[in-house]
This record gives sequence, C-alpha cells and structure tokens, in this order.
Amino acid sequence: MTMDFSLADELAEHREAARAWVDANLDPEWIEEQHRTGTHETPELRALMARDGILGAGWPREYGGSDVDPRFAEAVRDAIAAAGILMHGWVTTAMVLHTIEHVGTEEQKREYISAALRGELLVALGYSEPDSGSDVAAAKTTAVRDGNEWVINGQKMFTSTAQVCSLVFLLARTNPDVPKHKGLTMFLVPTDSPGYEIQPIHTLGGQRTNATFYTDVRVPDAARIGDIDEGWGVMNVALVFERGVSEGGSMVNGVAADIAAWARDTTGPDGATRFDDPLVAERIGRIAVEEEVGRLLRQRGMWLAEQGGLPGVEGSMAKLFASEASQRHYSDILDILGAEGVMQREAVGAPLAGKLENEFRESVVSTIYGGSSEILREIVAERRLGLPRNRPRANR
Amino acid sequence: VDLNLSEDQSALRDTLRDFFAKESPPDVVRDAEPLGFDAALWGKVADLGLCSIAVPEAQGGGSAGLQELAIAAEELGRCLAPVPLIEAAVANNLLASLSDAATDDASAVAASAVVASAVAGERLATLALRPAVGSVARLVPAGAVADVVVAVRGDELVLVQQRDRRPARPADAVANLGSAPVADCVVDGADVLVLANGPRARSAYERAVREWQVLTAAALVGLGTKALEMGVDYTMQRHAFGVLIATFQTIQHRLADNATALDGARLLAFKAAWAADEELPTAGTLATMAFLFAAETAFKTASESLHFHGGYGYTLEYDIQLYFRRAKAWPLLLGDPRAEYSRLAHRLFDSQET
Repeated sequence: MTMDFSLADELAEHREAARAWVDANLDPEWIEEQHRTGTHETPELRALMARDGILGAGWPREYGGSDVDPRFAEAVRDAIAAAGILMHGWVTTAMVLHTIEHVGTEEQKREYISAALRGELLVALGYSEPDSGSDVAAAKTTAVRDGNEWVINGQKMFTSTAQVCSLVFLLARTNPDVPKHKGLTMFLVPTDSPGYEIQPIHTLGGQRTNATFYTDVRVPDAARIGDIDEGWGVMNVALVFERGVSEGGSMVNGVAADIAAWARDTTGPDGATRFDDPLVAERIGRIAVEEEVGRLLRQRGMWLAEQGGLPGVEGSMAKLFASEASQRHYSDILDILGAEGVMQREAVGAPLAGKLENEFRESVVSTIYGGSSEILREIVAERRLGLPRNRPRANR
Repeated sequence: VDLNLSEDQSALRDTLRDFFAKESPPDVVRDAEPLGFDAALWGKVADLGLCSIAVPEAQGGGSAGLQELAIAAEELGRCLAPVPLIEAAVANNLLASLSDAATDDASAVAASAVVASAVAGERLATLALRPAVGSVARLVPAGAVADVVVAVRGDELVLVQQRDRRPARPADAVANLGSAPVADCVVDGADVLVLANGPRARSAYERAVREWQVLTAAALVGLGTKALEMGVDYTMQRHAFGVLIATFQTIQHRLADNATALDGARLLAFKAAWAADEELPTAGTLATMAFLFAAETAFKTASESLHFHGGYGYTLEYDIQLYFRRAKAWPLLLGDPRAEYSRLAHRLFDSQET
C-alpha cells in the first residue's frame, strides 16, 4: 500500500455513461426554470435519479440503498452540474441524511433515509436567525415540551430551497437556563405543519432563499434528531458534511478550463488570441493551480470521512481555501473578459452566455454560508494550531 | 484514493526527521553559511544512500520512487539541511536513465561511471536548471560543490567534470540570498562529454527539471511547516497589551490560512510525486503546479511568521530569517514564477479538447 491520488481516474470509466444518463433524462428547460425562479432544485430530476437508484448509491440496503456504483452516481452529479443544473436541496438533504445515519434512531434511519432516497423527501437547513448567523448557538427559536410533542416558536433566516422542501432541519432552544451551546436540540419540522409560514428572500446570486416562521408549530418527539439539549453536537456533525465532504459540485472541470477555452477562441484587434497574452495566461495558470489545491483538500476530507472519521478541521480547511480562492478567480476572470465581463446571460453575445458573470455573483455567498471564513479560521487556529480561543466563552 | 504513507514510507519519514533534527540543527545551518554546504553532513547523507534511493538497484541504487525522495526532501526542508540532496538525486536519476538506455556508446559508459561513483558517495553530481548561454551555465544549484554538472548546451545534454570544486571553497560560490552553494559553471573544453542530443536530450532534461520541481516543492513544504511552527511558538510566548499575541484574531487567522495552504501544498507535492512514479501524462504539469504553489505558500508563511516576531524577526539572531531567505531563494533559481504560471497555462490548455 502506498499513497494513491487516483480519484478522478476512478470516475473516468463512468463519465461516458453518466453523460449519456444526463443526455437521456435532463430537460434543458429546467436550466431556464432554475434561473427564472431562483429555485436551485428540480424535483422532476430528483425523481428520475431516485427511479434509477442514483440517489441510493452507496447507502445501506436496509435504509433504501441501491446497488448502483457510488462512483457512477458521483459522475452523474458531476455531469448534472456541468450541464448547469443545481441540486442545492439535495445537497442539504444529503448532509442531514448523513447526520441521521450518525446520530439518529433506527426508526429515523429507516423512515427518513429511505424516503429521501426514493426522492419523496427534501430537507432545508434551519440554523440561522435574524439575530444570529456565525454565532449560531445564540438561536432564540424555542421548542417547549408538551406531553409527547414539542411546541416550536421563532423565526429562521436563509432557509434555502424550503419552498420545495418537505422538512426543515431546525435548531431550537430547549433549555434557556444553561450556557447557550448546552440548551439546543435539533428537530425535523414538516413544512405542511399548521403555524409554519414562508417568505421569499432574493439574493445577489439569483437564488431565492427564505425566511421561515414558526408559531406554535407542533412536532412529535419522534421528530427530534439526537438527544435533548445535545443539538449543538448534532449540528456540528451536519456542518462537517457541509464544509468538507458534501455531495454535489463538479470535481473535474474548473473555471480555469472554461476561461482558457474562451481565451483560445477569442482574438484581439491585433489578431493574436487572448491566450497569447502572458498576462492572461499567467492568471489562468494560477487559477488552475488553486483549483487543484482546493480539489485535493476536499478529496482529503472525503477520504477521511470514508474511513469513518469526522474531518472537522480538514473539512474547514477545504471549504475555507476553495471558497476564498473561487472569489479571487471569478474576479480575475471578469477582468480577463474585459468590458464584456459585465454582460449578463440575458445579453446577446455575452461571453460563455453570461455563465461566469452569474457565477461571480453567486460565489459571494460561499465564504458566508456553512461557517464563514472567519469561523473556519478559528477552527483551524484552535484545533490544528492549538492557539488560544479568542471569542467570548459561551454565555447565556 | 489512499492518502496514507506506506509502512516503509512512514518509517523512512520518522528516521529522516530524527536524522536531520539531530544532524542539522540551526547552528549547523549557520556554521555552513555563506557557502551552504556541510561536507561532514554530506558524507552522512551519502552513507544513508539518500541521493541514489531512486536509482535502479542494478546500478547500485535503492529502486525507490520520487515519493520516497519527496519524503526526504520535506525533512531536509524542515531543517534547512546544508546538503544538495535534491540536485544530486535528480542528477543521479538522469544519469542512471541515460546509461540504462544505451550501454554501448561512450556517453552511456561515462554516465555509468559517474553514477557508480556517485552511488558510492565518491562524486557529487548536480543539474543546471537553465540552458547554458554561450559556454556558461549560470547560477547552477550545488554548482560550487559538485564534481559533475549535467547541463543543456544548444540541443545537447552534456556532462562536465569539475576538477577543482572539492574540497569546496566559499570563494567558488556566488554570494546569494539563500546561502546556497550556487556557482556559474563552464560548459566547455576537454572535460565536456555529450550524453545525448536532440529530442532525447530534451525529454531527459525536462524530466529532470520536473523532478527537481517536485522535490523542491516537498522541501519548501517542510520549510514552510517549520516556519509556521516557529510563528506559532513565538506568538504563544510573546505578550503585548497584557495578553499573548497569539490571542489576536489577525494573527490567528493569518496562521490558519498558512496552515491550510501548507496542507494543500503537501497534498499537491505528493500527488505530483505519485503521478511521476505512475508515469501519468499529467506528471509534468502537476510537478509545475506543486512547485509554484509550494513556493508561494512557503514564502508567505515564512514572511508572515517573521513579521509576527516583530523587530526580533529582522535580526540575524532569530532563526526565522534563515527560513525567510531560503523560501524566496530556493525556487527562484528556476526563474520568474509568473512566467512559469503563464507557461503552465499553455501546457494545460493549449490543445484541450473540452
């Protein structure tokens, strides 16, 4: 046994079949629909993935897993991303499923995981609130026990894709009398519950997100994920999957290849291609290097998770590096495109049909959600480097 | 994917970490300046067979791969060991490959003889990183202490015997930022032997330069990792405004960014070594990527760790300056990194079908 980095090559044999699956099943209208509505999830596509066992690839049989090769499934997700279809709802759902696999009861695993793998269930994340984002443990939404039920009151912010989700994975305060991290519990709240309301929020990247409101929403105790007052630990399991090892997103082609193709095919007034300009080539070379580093950091996190670990520090590093780098890359890429860099997808003749301008705006959120870069740096500083904690200690 | 070192590789790393920590502490590094060569340490490194571990066993080497050399280079980098292990290993691999390919002509015999004596620790070979201009290869790493220099002259790959380099004299070296045994080498006259020419010369030389990039990347990862530790250690001791400066967020976050980039640089360096050992078509571009990223990361890390030392970082007394200077100097011997980024982009994307 020796080091082996051959992940991309392992997928290579599945790429053609994955592309064929996408060609046969993907309706180009869905791309337009996602842009038009800002809903970055297409239920019809997910149903087809469930039908063919792609959602269930790699999951245990008893929870609804399929025999489909997980590498084929990953290649399909890559091909879907490459075609321009986003699956943000499935990405959050997969995080929650992995969390349930780690901390849920046997009944919950059988119920939720198998329903999700059949394509019948989608989960949004309900962590942030109007007054708490990075300091997520400061959540004020409450859940109060009433017999065998819990009564939930409060408001969540950035409950993305909740408009098509059947559940919200909700962080709620169940004990106000202990330090803030120690009085939290996680619930799966159905979005058809009486007392649940949703309002759209529109974003710079075009995605629709939501504010969700909970007024005397009742859920059974069976909807509680993990132990009472242990929600902080449960959410941190989910955050590990969000930062380092989540499903979705292309592992193969980065934007370096996109902008290089544009630069090769575009000539300036002097007849030379844009790629012949060393200033352009240098920036593309740098983007390619940093994309490779981001891929490797992410690959390491996924590899550690496959070994059964919870790569908190490594996942934080992967997300920190890749998100910070991608913002630099999109800024550089718009510069390389020059004046045409401002053209949006609606504009006739926009470079790469406006894809890069769109992604430039979308990339803004990547250093904010799922642990802002500042939070991730503190995780690395404290847990990897052993530096002293500088945030205030947990308070009430 | 498997990111574990093998048992043998782990054992090699542990052995070399102990070896360099014991044999190349900061005072050894300082005593070797300005030449940057410790003959006694070189003797010990040669005794370990490190500079020929990737040479085939049939030629007296260890038949290991670039991964094992990268492990050695990382440990060397941690301690700034004043020995040209990377250059010697790359030159020996190159000479071994040429003598292997054609055993009947004079150049192959000569290469064999040099490999045999290098493996035996009798001669030190190095590689000129840039083609000779006229009859001079400029700023050759280890050129001040090498008995044998392999260089490109026109479309020829040549071998030059340097008869007066050892015992090394500081005056032979070009004074330089990294206190490395760098010298201009004359590639002319009776001591020059043509090893190969045309495409064979070019491909052998390019492969050697790529190996140098991978191993230098690994050495810079080791350098950067130690520089980061020095930054962490200092900020955990130094008080300002009544608290440890390590509690300041601006310091913590910069250290965390550097730790993250170093993890990435290490993964990339070892991926490049793996790709070379597997002879993948991407080995060449990965070598350059690893080199460029490690160079940038090591310099940024050493530079910021020096900064966190405050005024002490600017003094010669503190060791962080030793790391800072080498972080800039080691990779620069290949040329302007921004030009290398530009060439990399063309190698990656000039004829991409996607």
